[in-house]
Amino acid sequence: MDLIWEGLRQALALLLALDPEVLGITLLSLKVSGIATLISVVLGLGAAVAVALNEFPGKRVVIALMNTGMGLPPVVVGLFVTVLLWRNGPFGFLGILYTPAAIILAQAVIATPIIAGLGLAALQHLPPALRLQILSLGATRSQMIWLLLKEARLPLLAAVMAGFGGVISEVGASIMVGGNLKGSTRVLTTATVMESSRGNFEVAFALSFILLVLAFSVNALLTHLQQRGRPR
Amino acid sequence: MSAPLLEVQDLLVRRGGATVLEVSALALAPGDVLALIGPNGAGKSTLLLTLAALLPPAAGTVRFQGEALDSERRRQAFRRRVTMVFQEPLLFDNTVGGNIATGLRLHGVSGAELTHRVREAADQFGIAHLLDRSARRLSGGEGQRAALARALALRPELLLLDEPFSALDPPTRSGLMDDLGRILADTGTTAVLATHDQAEAARLATRLAVMKDGRIRQEGGLRQVMNHPGDPFVAAFVGMESLLPCRVVSAAEGLLTLAVGGQEIIAVGEAEPGQGVLVGIRPEHVTLSLQTDKTSSARNQVPGTVTKVIPWGPFHRVELSCGFDLCTWVTPQSLAELALAPGRPVVAAFKATAVHVIRTGSQGGPEPLA
Repeated sequence: MDLIWEGLRQALALLLALDPEVLGITLLSLKVSGIATLISVVLGLGAAVAVALNEFPGKRVVIALMNTGMGLPPVVVGLFVTVLLWRNGPFGFLGILYTPAAIILAQAVIATPIIAGLGLAALQHLPPALRLQILSLGATRSQMIWLLLKEARLPLLAAVMAGFGGVISEVGASIMVGGNLKGSTRVLTTATVMESSRGNFEVAFALSFILLVLAFSVNALLTHLQQRGRPR
Repeated sequence: MSAPLLEVQDLLVRRGGATVLEVSALALAPGDVLALIGPNGAGKSTLLLTLAALLPPAAGTVRFQGEALDSERRRQAFRRRVTMVFQEPLLFDNTVGGNIATGLRLHGVSGAELTHRVREAADQFGIAHLLDRSARRLSGGEGQRAALARALALRPELLLLDEPFSALDPPTRSGLMDDLGRILADTGTTAVLATHDQAEAARLATRLAVMKDGRIRQEGGLRQVMNHPGDPFVAAFVGMESLLPCRVVSAAEGLLTLAVGGQEIIAVGEAEPGQGVLVGIRPEHVTLSLQTDKTSSARNQVPGTVTKVIPWGPFHRVELSCGFDLCTWVTPQSLAELALAPGRPVVAAFKATAVHVIRTGSQGGPEPLA
């Protein structure tokens, strides 16, 4: 228990002192996972809409694949992305391995299926006749999609939260494709792993608390968006 | 008949390789209210979805004001002039007002005009007090009222209704049908209503199409189809009664004296003298004799002539002209004893309680539809 209290005290001290290194790590975590989530929202929701609104052969297989993708182990993603981004790999020319861009890429690969899978379930949960109803009110196809997304906003924002939660908390991919380089690719999770392995449990706890506060703040913001304007 | 608003030719809809709808011809004049009646799976909903341009047909044409809806661009433009209401209200997770406004915004209505038209539609359907209520907290009847208000706020040139009352309990259904009938008549909106309830069709429609297995078995004016069903299937669905448009001569103590086809009949009901009413008489309530029976309790005994005798399963369906159309069923024995054949003069008797008022028209106005 002492360790936890000490960690909490240190976390406060680090935050209040505006320790530049901790601040940098925190902001990088937020930036990397935030951008990865945004990319995943675009790709994941796009895929969810495309699958939900169209009938095609093999649709069930595609849905099964999307659902499987929700459980992609970050280490596995990290390994594949690393191999692809190696200097002599197929995307080595990009030269982004061990940069924040690589972490964003890996995290987007992790979050996209989560948002796509949960987003698809959210859209499929709407009454099937609703899109006909919207079209018959005179909507164009894009207006229809917008109204469907709006109608499913509660579970869709829950999907976004799940996606963000999945990537802000993962460590395997970040360490493999980012390398936990001080001042460049060190994020809250990789820093926590490093500090605890060095026996600096107080610092590890401090970083963990910051991570929790960060996750809570972002989800609180999304929850606010989710519940806003709902008639009671 | 004026130029058709909507015209269907050789329509064919397939689903999974099977033909689910085949309509060779159907036309609607402005102001018509067509009821599609038939059992589940008869193709009523499919026909409505095709008319709403939500389901492209495999073959055939749908013309609206003479223009064929043969491209997605034209169907899209047409969908802004037609609106469909489904069996479920399908309201958005918003307030009632927000729901009505959503449809109007899709039509590019905004500002003061938007507020005005939301209010107007809500007033028409008696839900102005619910405008700020969440659509998730409405009763079934209120929900369907909101859905109808959202649809009619768009002032559609064609309104398509897919069993909008079937999920409602009888009193709620009756009140909503009255309001919808009045609004359709006031606005002159052309409408197509799918239902499996002949009473619903009789109350709202001017025309009737009976469907079975994806085809229209019989289509025509409401009274034409109801009073003269072409085959036993149609009769089983709609030929349950003779419909008569009457005018109220006098009303007292729950009894109405009605003028119809140069005759007067007595009915049970409430209406004002001078008002037009549509009444129904079921064939099993009509008895035939060769002369007036002074000892009978039947208040109505009208002379008439047999016009048609049709074998109908174990019975015969006898159609009469008494100045108005009437039909009854008789056994083969009665047919022989009374020597019923076209041209035979008879007396048709039915009790005042057998004449029920289906709907009433406006005071001094034209007779109610059909």
